[in-house]
Amino acid sequence: MPAITAPELDEPIPLSALQHAVYCLRQAALIHIERMWEENRFTAEGRVLHDTVHEAADHRRGAVRRVSAMPLACRRLNLAGTADLVEFRDGPDGETAFPVEYKRGKAKLHRADEVQLCAQALCLEEMTGRAVPEGALFYATTRRRVGVPFDAELRRLTEQVACDFAALIAAGATPPASYRADRCNACSLIELCRPKLTRTSAAEFRRRAIAASLADAPGGELP
Amino acid sequence: MKKLLNTLYVTTEGASLRKDGENLVAEVESEERARVPFHMLASVVVFGGVYVSPPLIQALAARGITIVLLDRAGRFQARIEGPVSGNVLLRRAQYRVSERPTDIVRSFVSAKVANQRTVLQRSLRDYGEEMAVGLRSRIEAVVDRLAGILRRVGMTDLDVEALRGAEGEAAFGYFSVFGSLIRVTDPEMQFGGRSRRPPRDAVNAVLSFIYVLLTHDCRSAAEAVGLDPAVGFLHRDRPGRPSLALDLMEELRPVLADRLALSLINRRQLRPRDFETQDGGATLLTDDGRRTVLTAWQDRKKEERQHPFLGETAQLGLVPYLQAQLLSRHLRGDLDAYPPYIWK
Ligand code: SF4
Repeated sequence: MPAITAPELDEPIPLSALQHAVYCLRQAALIHIERMWEENRFTAEGRVLHDTVHEAADHRRGAVRRVSAMPLACRRLNLAGTADLVEFRDGPDGETAFPVEYKRGKAKLHRADEVQLCAQALCLEEMTGRAVPEGALFYATTRRRVGVPFDAELRRLTEQVACDFAALIAAGATPPASYRADRCNACSLIELCRPKLTRTSAAEFRRRAIAASLADAPGGELP
Repeated sequence: MKKLLNTLYVTTEGASLRKDGENLVAEVESEERARVPFHMLASVVVFGGVYVSPPLIQALAARGITIVLLDRAGRFQARIEGPVSGNVLLRRAQYRVSERPTDIVRSFVSAKVANQRTVLQRSLRDYGEEMAVGLRSRIEAVVDRLAGILRRVGMTDLDVEALRGAEGEAAFGYFSVFGSLIRVTDPEMQFGGRSRRPPRDAVNAVLSFIYVLLTHDCRSAAEAVGLDPAVGFLHRDRPGRPSLALDLMEELRPVLADRLALSLINRRQLRPRDFETQDGGATLLTDDGRRTVLTAWQDRKKEERQHPFLGETAQLGLVPYLQAQLLSRHLRGDLDAYPPYIWK
């Protein structure tokens, strides 16, 4: 078992927060700490999709027992949430868990979806005491499962993100924005976050605006 | 840019509002007069005797759409809102900073004075030629005095009390010549100095009425970004007073309210018959007069301007929201000051 342990928190971090935290820690803080949430068309679609998935019942198909909407938790990393679907596959020495997460759209370039899935695997490992070597992401657009092996690198990244985010929550601090076009322009919170603002000094702006407003006034050298 | 959601104003005595599916329907004498989808609405403001059905109240509250009840004269009576979300960390920061509010107050006051000065300058520029010389030089003198106050406020380290004093001094000078900006000659439409509760002449009645509308928008803006509308910086806290909404409103009054009042009067969109004087001397807008102001107010809010700090074009009606957002960003430490809304 890896040695990383997340800071103690009053409440566990929702598994769904991790995908935001990988994408951008500030985004995760705005949503999960400051509770700002711009509901837009995409998030609404995502919600509808999840509602449908969560309605499914548990059932068995051959050597696979399928549990949908399965509650998960991991004490070591302070995580909790719900898995869309976990398949328990019969093997010679018992069942192996295989988490499947449903995603709107198609596979993305960044690793947010994989991290969220890997976090589910870490929960399942702690809960069942058995290794969870892989899982899958199911993308609505392509209607394909993409297999995700939980290798050492993905596990490390997932643990790191969980710890970084836990530290933010413990401190109640939202990290400052840093604008990165590829990331920010696709971010649903851009208008709440205003990542370009931090580059400008508002005090300097105020000084200039007042000076401009006084530019026509007689009798004043401006400092 | 965020969409400007609508505020629905209902002024017809005896109207009734009900829910129909995902819509608000307004009826007068059982006849449908308006139908607005909930997703287009930010709030509903009702004047006087209007029936609001319980299912509609529930539906609006559940969607975060506020209902505000005003009496016929536009005085606040009640507000119905769903669970206030707020942002605990932001509010804590707001309370902390409200204990040492000097720098934020500097922004509010400097913008207000600069904008008052611009209102006077605009009138001088547009009509100065036609003004009597004496009048004109009185206005010019106030413009200079406001420049002096602005210089003091913006460039030196005044404490909060001195800033509040400067604000009062500027308001006094500004309103001492405000009446000269009225270009119609009807005796009923002249300005006899600022009078509030109650307004004692037609001009004050318009100003007070538009300030009510603006206060409502500023309060909603504060709430929308998670700030506590009751805890202010420039305005001292007093139970029941939306001090922060009043703060946010200060810098916008000259631009959004005073200019609108002047143009409604000078363009004769409002005439003496749009006002009624009650026993005891209070002057109020009539139903028609109020409708005229509301239409003009809604139109004004749709006009687009370059936002001085953000550098983006935004509808004027969004400015309270943007300023509230910038204030919250300053309170949470993302911005080194609160950027004032200085109109040019
Ligand atoms: S706009 Fe950029 S910095 Fe801001 S939350 Fe989104 S990704 Fe993060």
